[in-house]
Amino acid sequence: MNAVTPAGTPSGTPPLAPPLALLAELTHRCPLRCPYCSNPVELTRVAAELDTASWARVFQEASALGCLQVHLSGGEPTARRDIAELVRAAAAAGLYTNLITAGVLLDEAMMARLVEAGLDHVQLSVQDTEPGSAERIGGYRDALPKKLRAARLVREAGLALTLNAVVHRQNLDRLPEMIALALEIGAGRLEVAHVQYYGWALANRDALLPTRAQLEAATAEVQRAREALKGRLVIDYVVPDYYAKRPKSCMGGWGRQFLAVSPAGRVLPCHAAESLPGFDFPNVREVSLRDAWENSEAFNRFRGTGWMKGPCRDCPRAEIDWGGCRCQAFALTGDAAATDPACGLSPDHALLDMAVREAAASEGDFTYRVMGAAPQKA
Amino acid sequence: MTAPLHPGSVPRLARGMKLREDKARGQWVVLGPERMFVPDETALEVLRLLDGTRSVDGMIDDLAARYAAPREEIAADVLAMLRELAEKGVVQS
Ligand code: SF4
Ligand code: SF4
Repeated sequence: MNAVTPAGTPSGTPPLAPPLALLAELTHRCPLRCPYCSNPVELTRVAAELDTASWARVFQEASALGCLQVHLSGGEPTARRDIAELVRAAAAAGLYTNLITAGVLLDEAMMARLVEAGLDHVQLSVQDTEPGSAERIGGYRDALPKKLRAARLVREAGLALTLNAVVHRQNLDRLPEMIALALEIGAGRLEVAHVQYYGWALANRDALLPTRAQLEAATAEVQRAREALKGRLVIDYVVPDYYAKRPKSCMGGWGRQFLAVSPAGRVLPCHAAESLPGFDFPNVREVSLRDAWENSEAFNRFRGTGWMKGPCRDCPRAEIDWGGCRCQAFALTGDAAATDPACGLSPDHALLDMAVREAAASEGDFTYRVMGAAPQKA
Repeated sequence: MTAPLHPGSVPRLARGMKLREDKARGQWVVLGPERMFVPDETALEVLRLLDGTRSVDGMIDDLAARYAAPREEIAADVLAMLRELAEKGVVQS
């Protein structure tokens, strides 16, 4: 009997499939300063953030449009004082609610309010398992003990927990400890996420890019652990672009499955898309989410395959990886419509090998994220 | 992972899993952390009976009455279905 089949490609494909998930970037504020943060280098200030009622409307519109899940993210979503109200509004809209948090602000009172509001799942990030290194990477004192407290609260509240370990050269060797930590705190899933190199992370690439030897050890470790921990821990792991031969299908294709809303209300096909120049992204203050999804120039520009040039245009993988990541293409080649240089068929693929060699020769100092200042190398 | 399923156990949706109607696509879906499944009709019948108080036996009774089918047949189907759902991490007992 075939009990369950993956969703995502509903049968009888309509002309334009509705999105599956909304990434709600509630704020850019965050007590941490991770040097790979995916927030844009120009962070939105608190006064410009959408208010509670606007977010509630966005959740209703997302649900009506076909979204099933909302990822409440940031910045640090719990830095919003109305976080419980926002969870309640999302749950009332019928969305599966996932809180993506660094966990350092999560205390008992907040946890109780979130559970009562209808939170379904928490995704807790860790910077490292070694306290000193965790402190240095996040630029925040006592981050690790606070995260462990958050994990305990989540479990005591009976919520599902995913541990999200962002990995790079300075912590990848501790992957076995990260797996052990996931088990210790009772996480059902561990997401081992390699840093994506645009925005703040691109400014820190030399300090973050892992070596090939590190990567091979990590991949082997994941395979071993997956086998040994079957049924206890699900491990999500994707080989980073800089060492892959073909790019990832970024966001499942531009404007195909996901939409993101920025703290200031901009509707984006991907949370990183604000880094692309020459776009007039629709704003929920002016248009409905449906209008943004279906009709905006921004969503239609890289939708499907019509926009592609060679080598993507004639490639049999065009509808598999959709030409890779637009943000990475722009960050590395200056052309958002280029083939993602992560692809071995891209004429710019050598840029990645060069970056790997440069990083291997560098010292590993960080440029930390700050409000009101684009990254500058010291 | 979970205790083996038997007629007396009381299964429920696993932690973090939710069953809800997906009106936009005219189907029901099981939602979990970073995953999504579309149950087929049989699975949906079973999933709808998971309320955290009904035992496997109770579910079988319910379905046997509703479909006026031989109990043994229903029992085999329901147990197989629940085991499959448990293996996928959708159901726990
Ligand atoms: S990556 Fe670090 S700095 Fe950026 S939002 Fe997450 S915890 Fe905060
Ligand atoms: S050429 Fe384009 S479509 Fe083909 S594999 Fe590379 S990125 Fe994907």
